[in-house]
Amino acid sequence: MSILINKDTKVMTQGMTGKTGLFHTLQAVEYGTNMVAGVSPGKGGTVVEGIPVFNTVLEAKNATGANVSVIYVPPGGAADSIMEAVDADLDLVICITEGIPVLDMVKVRRYMEGKRTRLIGPNCPGVITPGECKIGIMPGYIHTPGRVGVVSRSGTLTYEAVYQLTTLNIGQSTAVGIGGDPVNGTNFIDVLELFQNDPDTDAIIMIGEIGGTAEEEAAEWVKANCTKPVVGFIAGATAPPGKRMGHAGAIISGGKGTAAEKFKAMEAAGIRVAPTPSDLGSTMYELLKEKGILEKVLVK
Amino acid sequence: MNIHEYQGKAVLKKYGVAVPNGRVAFTVDEAVAIAEELGGKAVVKAQIHAGGRGKAGGVKLGKSLDEVRTYAEQILGMTLVTHQTGPEGKVVKRLLIEELSDIKKEYYIGVVIDRATNRVTMMASEEGGTEIEEVAEATPEKIFKEAIDPAVGLTAFQARKLAFAINIPNELVGQAVKFMQALYSAFVDNDCSIAEINPLVVTGDGKVIALDAKLNFDSNALYRHADVAELRDLDEEDPKEVEASHFDLTYIALDGNIGCMVNGAGLAMATMDTIQHFGGTPANFLDVGGGATTEKVTAAFKIILSDANVKGILVNIFGGIMKCDTIAEGVIAAAKEVSLSHPLVVRLEGTNVEKGKALLNESGLNIVAADSLADAAKKIVELVK
Repeated sequence: MSILINKDTKVMTQGMTGKTGLFHTLQAVEYGTNMVAGVSPGKGGTVVEGIPVFNTVLEAKNATGANVSVIYVPPGGAADSIMEAVDADLDLVICITEGIPVLDMVKVRRYMEGKRTRLIGPNCPGVITPGECKIGIMPGYIHTPGRVGVVSRSGTLTYEAVYQLTTLNIGQSTAVGIGGDPVNGTNFIDVLELFQNDPDTDAIIMIGEIGGTAEEEAAEWVKANCTKPVVGFIAGATAPPGKRMGHAGAIISGGKGTAAEKFKAMEAAGIRVAPTPSDLGSTMYELLKEKGILEKVLVK
Repeated sequence: MNIHEYQGKAVLKKYGVAVPNGRVAFTVDEAVAIAEELGGKAVVKAQIHAGGRGKAGGVKLGKSLDEVRTYAEQILGMTLVTHQTGPEGKVVKRLLIEELSDIKKEYYIGVVIDRATNRVTMMASEEGGTEIEEVAEATPEKIFKEAIDPAVGLTAFQARKLAFAINIPNELVGQAVKFMQALYSAFVDNDCSIAEINPLVVTGDGKVIALDAKLNFDSNALYRHADVAELRDLDEEDPKEVEASHFDLTYIALDGNIGCMVNGAGLAMATMDTIQHFGGTPANFLDVGGGATTEKVTAAFKIILSDANVKGILVNIFGGIMKCDTIAEGVIAAAKEVSLSHPLVVRLEGTNVEKGKALLNESGLNIVAADSLADAAKKIVELVK
C-alpha cells in the first residue's frame, strides 16, 4: 500500500515535550499514527498525554518497540538527535527541524556511513501514508489513500499538489518531503526507486526546486529505470541567480541549478511537466487517462 | 552571510593563511597613511560585496603616495557597477590598502560544500584570476577536486595532489599544502559556506599568498560565531531584506510590480512563477514561514509596500494546520493598519477555508478572494494592468 511507513509503524518523537513537538505528536495521534514514545533528556519516566517519555532513544526503542523516530529538536541539537537515532539502529528517522548548520549535516552523513538507518530531511514536512500513518507537520485532512506517490523538496508546495490530487479524486500511496537543505538524508532517486518497486503505486509526482543538480540526476534515473508515469514541476523559474530563495538549498550559483535546465532534463526523460503549479493535479489526471489507468487509480 | 575582502583576509590570517600586509581605510587620509606605512606604494582596492571590481575600475596600483591619494579619492564614494552588483551598482565606502605583490603566476583555490558527495570539497585550478564559472564551462578538465572526510580533515596528501595537479613549483608545494590546510581549518571552524581565493599567487620572492579572499558564511550557524556575525555590513544589504529578517521573514527584492506574501519557500517560488506564467511580474519573494500571525503579516505588508514599484499584492497561504479564519483576521487587521489602497488578492487553503473567505468578503476592504493559485495569479495580474 505504501513506502517507508504504514499502519504497523511504531513512532517515537524526539523533542516531544517542546511546544512544536507536542502539538504535532498529538496531531499525529489524532490522525491514527501509532505514537508509542517520546524522548526528552531529563524527563524520562514521565507520561505526557498518555505517551511515555524516555531519556534516550535506545531506552524508548527497547521499552516500546518503536522503529521510526521524528525529530522536532531545535537546530543546535538536531544533528546530535539524528545521530542518536542512527546509533539506536532505528529503521527510519524523519527530521523536521529547519535551520541546522550545513557542516553539522556533513558530519551526520559521515556518521551514517555503514549504518542501515534511513534519514528523511532535515527541513522537511515529513512523510504520510494517507489513512494509515502521518509523521510530520502536514495537514492530514487534505490527503486521501490511493495509488499516486508524491516526492518533493518543499513543504507547502507538496500540500498544494496533494490537495489538487484529492480534489480530483486521485488518492496518494505515500507523500514524502525530502527537505530544502543542500545536505540531506534521502534524495529524489532513493524515493523514486521505492515508488517504482511499490506494487501499490501506479504513478508519481516529483516536485523540485532551483539549486543543485538532484533533479537532473533524478530525471536521468527515471529515463533509465522508471516504468511508471511521472509528472514533474520545478519551482523557481523567476528566481534571480545568487539569491537564496528561502531554503538553504534553493540558490542558483555559478550558472548551475536553474529551473530551465531542470525542466529540460525532465522533458528529455519523458516526465510530463505541469505548466504551472496549479496544474499538477490536472496534468496527472490527463496522463493517467492517456496511459489507460485512470479508472484504476481514481478513488472508488 | 557575506563579508568584505579585508575582513575575510583577517579571518584567514588567524589560521596561518598567508595574505599581503594591509588595512582597511574609510577616508582618503587613512588610505595615504597606511600606504606610507607600507613603504609609499600600495594597491587601492574597493571593498564592496561583489566580484568583478578590477574590471569595473575599483582596483588600482598606486606607485607613489600621490598616486595612492589620487586613486583613493577616485574610488571612495564611486558607484561600482560589476556583473555581480546589478545595473544600479554599489557605492564604495571602504578601501583596502595593501602592499604590492610581485606576481609570478596566478592560481585558483575554492572550498565549497558539494551536495553530490555531502562533503566539503576543495577545488584548485591553474587558471587563476579569471571567473571560475567560465573555466568550468570551457575547460572543466582544468579544475581539480578533493572531497574531504570531516573525520580527518584535508590530509597533506590530498593537498599535495592538488598542488602538483595545478603545477605549483616543486619547491613551493610544502607552502601550498600548509596554505590549503589552513584554509580548510578556517572554513570549518567558522561554518563557511564558500571560501574562494582567486587569485592565489606565487610571488617572485617565493611566497604562496592569497591576493583576494571571498568568504561566505552559513547563516544558520551564526548563533555560534558572534565574532563573525559582527562583520555583517548592513550598508551592503537591501534595507527591506534587513527589515524582514527582524521579523523572521525571508524577503528578496525583485523588479516586478506584484508584491507576494506566501507561506513556505517552495510555494513562494511557485507563486512567483505562476504570476509570470499569466503575464505579470513579481516584485518580491516573501516567505512568512509557518506561523502567519497578525504582527508578521502587518510587517510583511509594510515591507512589500515600501517598494514603490508595487501596484498590487497577492497573498497565498496554504494554512494546513493553521486555521484560515485566523489568517484572514490577520490579513484584514494588517490591511487596515497599513491603510492598504492597492488591490489585494488573497488565496487561502486549509481548515475553515469558507469562514476565512467570508471574513475577507465582508471586511469592506478592497480584497478579492481567490479559489486557487492560478485563479489568484490571473486576478492580480488583471488588477494591476
